[in-house]
Amino acid sequence: MQTLIFRTTAPFLAALMILFSIFVTLRGHNDPGGGFIGGLIAASAFMMYGIAAGVEYVRRALYFHPISVAAFGLVLSSGSGLLSMFEAQPFMTSQWTFPTIMGVEVAISTPMFFDIGVYLVVMGSLTSIALKLEEE
Amino acid sequence: MALEFGGGLNLALATPFAAAVVAPYLKRLMGHNVAWLLALMPAGIFVYLCQFIGTVATSGHGVHITPLEWLPQYGIQYSLFVDGLSLVFALLISGIGTLIILYSGGYMKGHADQGRFFSFMFLFMGSMIGVVLADNLMTLFIYWELTSITSFLLIGFNHKEERSRRAALQALIVTGGGGLALLAGLLMMYQAGGTMEMSELLTRGDVLRDNGHYGAMLLLILGGAFTKSAQFPFHYWLRNAMEAPTPVSAYLHSATMVKAGVYLLMRVHPVMGDTTLWMTILPIFGAITLIMGTWMSLRQTDLKLTLAYTTIASLGLLVMLVGTSNETAITGAVVYLFAHALFKGGFFMIVGTIDHEAGTRDVTRLGGLRNAMPVSFYAAVACALSMGGIWPFIGFIAKEEMYLGLLGTNLPALLLTLAAVLGNAMMFGAAFVVALKPFLGEEVHTPKHAHEGPVLLVAGPVTLASLGLLAMLFGDFVGAELLRPMANAVHGHHGHLQIGIGAVHVNFAFMLSLITIALGVGFYFRYEAIRSTRGVLIRTLGEGPDSFFDIFIAGLVRFSARTMRLLQSGNMEVYLAATFATIALALIVPMIVFDELPDWPQFPDLYIYEWSTLGLAVVGLYALIVAKTRLTAIVSLGIQGFAVALIFLLFGAPDLSFTQFMVETLAVVIIALIMNRLSLKEHDKRPPQQVMVDASLSILVGLGFCLLLMSVTQGAFDRHLSDFFTDYSRVIAHGRNIVNVIIVDFRGFDTLGEIAVVTITALCVHTLTLGTGRSGLKSKFFKNKSSGFDEATSGQKGAE
Repeated sequence: MQTLIFRTTAPFLAALMILFSIFVTLRGHNDPGGGFIGGLIAASAFMMYGIAAGVEYVRRALYFHPISVAAFGLVLSSGSGLLSMFEAQPFMTSQWTFPTIMGVEVAISTPMFFDIGVYLVVMGSLTSIALKLEEE
Repeated sequence: MALEFGGGLNLALATPFAAAVVAPYLKRLMGHNVAWLLALMPAGIFVYLCQFIGTVATSGHGVHITPLEWLPQYGIQYSLFVDGLSLVFALLISGIGTLIILYSGGYMKGHADQGRFFSFMFLFMGSMIGVVLADNLMTLFIYWELTSITSFLLIGFNHKEERSRRAALQALIVTGGGGLALLAGLLMMYQAGGTMEMSELLTRGDVLRDNGHYGAMLLLILGGAFTKSAQFPFHYWLRNAMEAPTPVSAYLHSATMVKAGVYLLMRVHPVMGDTTLWMTILPIFGAITLIMGTWMSLRQTDLKLTLAYTTIASLGLLVMLVGTSNETAITGAVVYLFAHALFKGGFFMIVGTIDHEAGTRDVTRLGGLRNAMPVSFYAAVACALSMGGIWPFIGFIAKEEMYLGLLGTNLPALLLTLAAVLGNAMMFGAAFVVALKPFLGEEVHTPKHAHEGPVLLVAGPVTLASLGLLAMLFGDFVGAELLRPMANAVHGHHGHLQIGIGAVHVNFAFMLSLITIALGVGFYFRYEAIRSTRGVLIRTLGEGPDSFFDIFIAGLVRFSARTMRLLQSGNMEVYLAATFATIALALIVPMIVFDELPDWPQFPDLYIYEWSTLGLAVVGLYALIVAKTRLTAIVSLGIQGFAVALIFLLFGAPDLSFTQFMVETLAVVIIALIMNRLSLKEHDKRPPQQVMVDASLSILVGLGFCLLLMSVTQGAFDRHLSDFFTDYSRVIAHGRNIVNVIIVDFRGFDTLGEIAVVTITALCVHTLTLGTGRSGLKSKFFKNKSSGFDEATSGQKGAE
């Protein structure tokens, strides 16, 4: 699969896909998308990059081991649920805040962090499996 | 007042766990002298607990607090209860714990893992204090199991030695198995008594005794208590637990943890004791354990094993005394328990010091140490005097009380008295063997040049040994403020107890004491002779269960290996066929049995693009079936999947469709990668009968799902949930995308479970493919498999 065209375009394509995956994840609360699908897109980006350039490049680009990324996602998701305990509410009660940052009202919430956790879990797990399989 | 106590009590319970976290770091900073600092924590708990003494003694009933509700609908909560019984136990645990931490500082000095050792010790301390202070039955159970686990870690501390590992595992299996019985027993108590709070239960009188399942309940509770307190026939784990470093033996396996079973019996005595069953089982097993333990103790040459067997015997004695349900006998048990924790903890530490300084603890290779180790010598003698029950040590009172309580004119009472006298006499002999033999006589050449241990090593035994005497000098306080409230909590009356130098009454019990001492002196001088006797019966009782344990474990390993080979053939095709056949049966059979097959649907009226999407799916399916190579088949499967994704899109589920597209793409890529990795042949050739089986399985599964979906869509649609989600997703959860709101908010807990599964799957795949190359996969797999069996068989061998 290491053709010149694919090899040359793959990094750009992968970068675009990851950008898109973040976009899809963040808009998920109001439009089609979300952490799961975002994670799948990101995983396929890494997978494609791996096929084009070799697993070593992807591992270097990722910096963290994909399993660690997945584990961090799991911690983030469970941690976002714990926040409500400080408000004496049951586990995983959503907490919302709407601060205005640079004149724009931004919604920050525990479900958002939960979704980011889902994103990282799906991305990390699938990337880990795929990279392992791509490795010769 | 409850709240005021609650805050501090929680802190007292949390302190050891916090200490467990910081101990290794402090050890790295400060070396072994960190023990002085670390000992402040249990000392603080001890001082804090002392303030309860007055309250508990004067009020006569305990202090109950509920810091945390957990599952209130099932009565499960984190609650604590301080009364006479739990308070004395907690004081012993924290007080002796202080000394043990100091002792560990000296004993484990220079050990690479000393920090970890401190950590385990503190974990145990926290759990043990939890066991005795717990009020809620589930709180009790959790702490109970924690003590088993920490005991496992500590017995197996020298984990590089096979014997340690075996002893640790054995202790875990025995006490853990007992823990399961205990859990069942506690749940039955909850069912019968109607409350999870021990303090509540204690006020409900005969509700447990009158319950129809009282017998089963008692046996299950005894299953927990007897395993933990090493009663015959479960005593062997305690003997083997002596593989642990000596501070562990002194703390867990003599002074505290093994008394948890006795504690439990004492705790439930007011509501479960005083029945025929109770007064039959407990004295019989207690007496057997007592006689067997003391006899075995005289046969040992290893001082630590001598002590271990006397501990087993003492636990038997305690169980026997509690089993009589006699007020005076129980008071005797309470005093004995207190005295035993002091002298036995001290004894173990002295033996550890001898081992540490002289290089051996084999009594035949020791002698004449009194000049080299005078402090240890005097401490040992003081411990022996208390253990032998000689005035003016606290052990004396314990023996007088128990004889007074046991005495009676009927045959069982006489037998129990006989057992107690014999057991105590042999215990007397064993005590002086440990206290005198290494120190008196000719000086013997020892592996190390012996000299007195450092302050850290002698502080503990000296304190404990002198407490045996001080408890008598301050007998009024110890009796009235500590032990009488404790005894009252066990037998439920307002008994009397006199402790002090002057508490000597010349009565029948006193005569029995004299006989005991006379016999004991005899046992001491006949020590060598006893060691060389055969004593077949008692040796069978003493060592038989240990071999039985091995036979049992070996049988279990063989059984599971056989079952494994039967169920786990290792053939992927068999697994898949079994899985799909189960799915097909689970879908189709209930529908036929309950006659819920769906009606034949009407011919659908669809638009042309809907027809063409369906046609695409059929084309994909056809391409899959006729595909010549595996790669073509995978891609054809993708066609079919994309068609399904299109259907989702057409029927207004963009999220679903979106995900389906991604999953299909990734699935094709990953399957292709796996096939590449497994070096499968290009073509998938199967014999005709295999094709028949596979085809009928697929058709059955497909038919099952088809029927299921049809019957689901034909039934009335309950809009309850979907209406709720539609109405509230924007209002409550601030999201317009209902699917996403359901995933991350409404049903977020499900998602949490799912992503945990995803992570675990990734971990499993990672481990499975670890270090396997393209060609190495197959051979590696088989190598792994065979090594797995090697492990099983070697475990079997080790067990045999």
